[in-house]
Amino acid sequence: MVVLWTDALIYLLIVVILALGLHLRGKEHIKRPLQQIGRSKIGMVSLVVLLFFVLIGLLDSVHFKPTDDTKNEIISLLDYWATPLREHGEKTYSAPFATKLYSKEMIAMPDGSMQWGYPRLEFGGRHLNNPETEKIPDILQKALYGLAQGASLIVFFMLLMWGLLAEQHKRLMLSSTAKTVLAVVFVIVSFSYALIYLSPYYHVFGTDKVGEDVFYQAVKSIRTGLVIGTLTTLIMLPMAIIFGILAGFFRGWVDDVIQYIYTTLNSIPGVLLIAASILMVQVYMASHESDFTSVIVRADTRLLFLCMILGVTSWTGLCRLLRAETLKLREMEYVQAASALGVKQGAILLRHILPNVMHIVLISVVLDFSSLVLAEAVLSYINIGVDPTSYSWGNMINGARLEMAREPVVWWSLTAAFVFMFALVLAANLFADVVQDAFDPRRSGNE
Amino acid sequence: MTLILMSSLLSMKMQTFKARALVPILTAMFLAATFSCAASAQLNNPYTEDESGQAVLYESFSERPKHMDPAVAYSSNEYAFISQIYEPPFQYHYLKRPYQVVPLTAVRMPEVIYLNPKGEKLEQGANDRDIGFTDYIIDIQSGIRYQPHPALAKNPQGNYEYHRLSAAQIEAATSLNDFNATGSRELTAEDYVYQIKRLAHPKIQSPIAEIMKNYIVGFDDFSKQVKDKPKTAIRDLAIEGATALSPYQYRIRIKGKYPQFIYWLAMPFFSPMPWEADVFYDQPGLADKNITLDWFPIGTGPYLLAENNPNRRMILLKNPLFHVETYPSEGEPDDRQKGLLADAGKQLPFIDKVVFMLEKETIPYWTKFLQGYYDASGIASDSFDQAIQFTGSGGVALTPSLLEKGIQLQTSVTTTSFYMGFNMLDATVGGATEQARKLRQAISIAVDYEEFISIFMNGRGVAAQGVLPPGTYGVDDKSGFNPYVYDSLNDKASAPAHAPYLHPVGKAQRKKIDAARQLMTEAGYAGGIDPKTKEALILYFDTTATSVDDRPRMNWYRKQFEKLGIKLVIRATDYNRFQEKMRTGNAQLFFWGWNADYPDPENFFFLLYGPNSKVQYGGENAANYHNPEFDRLFEQMRNMDNGEQRYRIIQQMQEIVRRDAPWIFGFHPKNFSLFHGWYKNLKPNLMANNQLKYTRIDTADRAEKRRQWNQPVFWPLVLGGAVFVLMLIPAVNAYRRRGRETVQ
Amino acid sequence: MTQYIIRRLLYSLPLLMGVNILTFVLFFVVNSPDDMARMQLGQKHVTEQAIANWKQQHGYDVPLLWNDSAQGGGKITDTVFYQKSVGLFLFRFGVSDSGRNIGADIKERAWPSLAVALPTLMIGLLVNICFALMMVLFRNSYISKDGVYAAGQSGAGAALEHAGIVLCVILMSISSLFYIIGGQFVIGKVLRLVPISGYDDGMAAVKFLILPVLIGVFSGIGSGTRWYRTLFLEEVGKDYVRTARAKGLSETQTLFRHVLPNAMIPILTGVVVVLPLLFMGSLIMESFFSIPGLGSYTIDAINSQDFAIVRAMVFLGSVLYVIGLLLTDISYTLVDPRVRLS
Repeated sequence: MVVLWTDALIYLLIVVILALGLHLRGKEHIKRPLQQIGRSKIGMVSLVVLLFFVLIGLLDSVHFKPTDDTKNEIISLLDYWATPLREHGEKTYSAPFATKLYSKEMIAMPDGSMQWGYPRLEFGGRHLNNPETEKIPDILQKALYGLAQGASLIVFFMLLMWGLLAEQHKRLMLSSTAKTVLAVVFVIVSFSYALIYLSPYYHVFGTDKVGEDVFYQAVKSIRTGLVIGTLTTLIMLPMAIIFGILAGFFRGWVDDVIQYIYTTLNSIPGVLLIAASILMVQVYMASHESDFTSVIVRADTRLLFLCMILGVTSWTGLCRLLRAETLKLREMEYVQAASALGVKQGAILLRHILPNVMHIVLISVVLDFSSLVLAEAVLSYINIGVDPTSYSWGNMINGARLEMAREPVVWWSLTAAFVFMFALVLAANLFADVVQDAFDPRRSGNE
Repeated sequence: MTLILMSSLLSMKMQTFKARALVPILTAMFLAATFSCAASAQLNNPYTEDESGQAVLYESFSERPKHMDPAVAYSSNEYAFISQIYEPPFQYHYLKRPYQVVPLTAVRMPEVIYLNPKGEKLEQGANDRDIGFTDYIIDIQSGIRYQPHPALAKNPQGNYEYHRLSAAQIEAATSLNDFNATGSRELTAEDYVYQIKRLAHPKIQSPIAEIMKNYIVGFDDFSKQVKDKPKTAIRDLAIEGATALSPYQYRIRIKGKYPQFIYWLAMPFFSPMPWEADVFYDQPGLADKNITLDWFPIGTGPYLLAENNPNRRMILLKNPLFHVETYPSEGEPDDRQKGLLADAGKQLPFIDKVVFMLEKETIPYWTKFLQGYYDASGIASDSFDQAIQFTGSGGVALTPSLLEKGIQLQTSVTTTSFYMGFNMLDATVGGATEQARKLRQAISIAVDYEEFISIFMNGRGVAAQGVLPPGTYGVDDKSGFNPYVYDSLNDKASAPAHAPYLHPVGKAQRKKIDAARQLMTEAGYAGGIDPKTKEALILYFDTTATSVDDRPRMNWYRKQFEKLGIKLVIRATDYNRFQEKMRTGNAQLFFWGWNADYPDPENFFFLLYGPNSKVQYGGENAANYHNPEFDRLFEQMRNMDNGEQRYRIIQQMQEIVRRDAPWIFGFHPKNFSLFHGWYKNLKPNLMANNQLKYTRIDTADRAEKRRQWNQPVFWPLVLGGAVFVLMLIPAVNAYRRRGRETVQ
Repeated sequence: MTQYIIRRLLYSLPLLMGVNILTFVLFFVVNSPDDMARMQLGQKHVTEQAIANWKQQHGYDVPLLWNDSAQGGGKITDTVFYQKSVGLFLFRFGVSDSGRNIGADIKERAWPSLAVALPTLMIGLLVNICFALMMVLFRNSYISKDGVYAAGQSGAGAALEHAGIVLCVILMSISSLFYIIGGQFVIGKVLRLVPISGYDDGMAAVKFLILPVLIGVFSGIGSGTRWYRTLFLEEVGKDYVRTARAKGLSETQTLFRHVLPNAMIPILTGVVVVLPLLFMGSLIMESFFSIPGLGSYTIDAINSQDFAIVRAMVFLGSVLYVIGLLLTDISYTLVDPRVRLS
């Protein structure tokens, strides 16, 4: 097994979340907003979608070197399972579910003569003898078969769960929110099963310019999106929290210095700062070539640096919020009382201030997530985003820009990136809304 | 009743609030839009100027030219402009092939006199070894005048109007056009000499100064002499190698014999420059306003730069003082049939105004071309399918949809070589050992450039068979394939698998991958396993391809090396780092190209000449290839006149390079250009850049086509508006109902 | 007031100094002046002499931070850092690596940027406020809490508001790149209503601006409307609104007479902050529509690694940001009499 830098950070993130979950279990002030989220249909459905994405991202974050080949290549668990998709490369563009290339070529006929036409794909629909007539029934049949398999699988698991559940939980499962969630799970699982079932036979989302499967690219991009959305926050949180609370609590020169730092950073246009830093990273990698022997390691390092840089440019907002909130909190009676009683400043910070600003942190984390995923695409457009060799929706959109000028239009890359990105960002936005409603004291008073 | 009235009044108030703000803005916008569109017939016409019967050509540029000073400019996007403005003494014939140098401002071809090292004249046909110097005596036409320009303006007293500008005058100026008075004068031989002195001035930083040092007599000394002097001082100092013999005759003296020098004389570097220009532009303060020779040229050519806004557009206007030059009346045999000689003998140029628009994105550019707003276009790889189809015999033709629009296609193989170089100083791939050579040969076979051309260039290129692109002297078009990479097809009956991108040679086929694997085994890398590490051999490919669009290309390269079991690691860096790596010899594999300065094999072979190596001597031999035999032949071939002996030497050199394989010979791109039907007198000429003066356009045809192709479609807009209003109805209803409820 | 402004301006000096140091470190770690020279001089036939000349012309021929060979104060002043920094603070941006005067270019290119950004901001503001107001008007909970109406009666309004929010979230979840690519494709290519890209001076610019402004406004609707809606709702929840309603004012009256003016304070001050930055233009919009503004200028500079320009733009951006902050403070005192500058 190979652990890349971003993998390690992802594992760290999971550990942190689990630890936080254990720590907060059963605490009353957390329970109430969680219950509110639990009651919200939109919130739970978007959470399910998010979890589904996270699951794929996690599968893609377990890297290893396959023992059976000498290619010296690092692949992930997802790659391993998607090997047919990975290796079924065509020559160039082909439309979704196509059996022929998208552009004409000279084909050598069996009798030795040459003909100008659309050649058959090497893999897409290879099992068909007569694509014109067999294709549609075959697709329908395979899709139905896949759907049925997926559906029976999920029904089986649900029944199993039902059998194992205690009586009181069963009642919970019958609430309308739970029913909706179950329905969504059912739909997602059966459809993705059908897609997986179809994908070895056809290119479900077509192929790109060098014949790579677009469906595979879109799925691989999920990890990049998630990493940028989550690791950036992981990197910026310590800075924002420590600086924000210290500035608000100690005031005086500490406050001045911290304010100076974040105003300076804030006043530089973010894109320019990112551009300059990415150029610097490239230089670093150029001068330490031996450390980056594999493509995937290079791409990963750049991704990590991008997260760091985004973190550096985006911590200032949260820091300012936290500073303001701490300023307010330190004048509260209970804090005043604690310091009058001689409680150490460190203890006050940890016990009284930190827990009381956590809702701001949580809200800003979920709100930032979607904007970071969107930012990645824009940065890729100006070539200062993730490594060009890594899969990301930004890179896909960027490539697809030119395809829109083709006639006939190659629409599938753009569409695939759009669908996947839209699903993730929409779910994140909806979930963020619900979280905000639940945790923001001002908002919940309002509603 | 009264109460209900009140609420509806309020609701009206609300609507008026919105309307108050919205209506004026929207009306203003629409009025302005219709106003601005009134001049041009089509809503989507990106030009607002009224053509008023003038012949206006619309072209585009994607990168703003950095220099328009002919002593500095050296890239094609700069030549696109200055070749229309400046006139060197010679030019390439527009129609004749192979390329032929003919007089432009010169009266005739130069008189070439060979001198011995003592400076005494030798007879024609003297032995090459005796030649110490060569003189070029050039006679220029009389009566040629510069374009009207403020630098040449004189006041009634006969003094230059703008050569001593006051601070206030400079302060007030924002562009060259703010200097109203213009003047002109006759072109003299002294101006050509002056320009050669400029090339030598270190402050001008001419890119060819280093090369000319080796050829023009006294160039280096002059350079040192004027090192600390201002640009304007060179007028009065003499340079040994260039002298004006009379107002219409000058002489250039070069070291030894260098027949290729005539090609340099057809490049803009040797255009005339009036000394007044330097005096004018050197006045302090003008550079801060971007008023420099780099931005506002002064030439004798058919066009003058009327507007220079590299942020948006550049406009060339017909030079009113352009000398008499007529359309050529001779050409290749079928030129008459193609209508290329219809304008023979007519005064050039035909077009009154050329508008270059800045166009960075390919989508808008291609769309505008199809809408008729650009007259000519290259073909981006993504719009290729739309434009081009291959005919049964492997030829190319336009698709019916473009033919219907009357678009014409021109193709030509460029004099450019792209190659993937091995760093010959590298321990693994470099060196003259048999092992390394076999490795290089194996890789040369594995990297299937035919496929590359087919995938990434839509077949717009030919796989290179050596250093020289087709059309250069010394290339054997019939049997000139690379026997180390290709098999002859003569003895095999099997049809080639990839017919559309078969090399024009037509009788060779890339060797099977097994041959390459065999070579790998012979080189000691059986199955791609490096005996030292017992793992797959890792090679590094240095490239500047960092953008997303390059990703498929890099994946492709990886796949090619995988065929041999070699793992290719792409090291993408910015151009600076890449340059540094090349300089220090830290690269292993790299991809580079060379664009010919002139159509002579010397200009290509010198890229592999040992004493020209990059790491050791800072030259252009990026592969750092060094083969004594090759170098010896190169020195022999370099200064030879074309002939039987030279041809033979070139063949020998090709053979050496093919065997040693310091490069994977990549490809020579093919130019495909599209032109609308109203674009006349079109013939691709890769050497000449001053083709605009020959171009003619049929403006009436263009206006009609533009009208046809750009009928706006309004109904979806109307439909959208209707849907929006329909959606508002329930909202308004709900609001009304509530309004009523309020008062109940 | 004047005193306050002067003091604030003095405060901003260390800020700009910090920006300057940061960018200097970033840029000169990335590329040495030698690299820049090589890149600008092109790839054919570059010699050490030419590089030295270039460096001398652009003022890179002295040490970066400390000049040992100079005398006295010259040790500090004869350095790239000192000379380039002083230039920035005096707004003398010098010559770009490609040889053009940066100051003149910036002056020229600021206007097209403004021509795109200002209408986008203004029309966007207007549209967003209108939509937000509409949503607040139709808001179900607001009405039912009032206790006057039964919840079911305005079911249509509630449904509309809900649909509005969902629509906003959907619009927010689409990358701006899709709006640009889609808009250009449909309106410019398929419908042929406006030129697909380009720019012109004066009134002729209008037809080029319609599409970018439209797309800019449209891509901002989602987040803008939602943001203004929360602002309005916050205001609606306050006591004075309840009082106003108790007085018997109708929904619309309370909304337009009381809520809107009060909510305009944060809205306007939010706008004031970004006003100076409008000059910087929009990076992506400008390069897609080939508008010769500062945004596309910056992108080109990034792509060609023209550090002189990027440095100038970073500095300019920081200055404009500082001005924006100052303007915000001043505008607060102007619209809200409770705030005093001290």
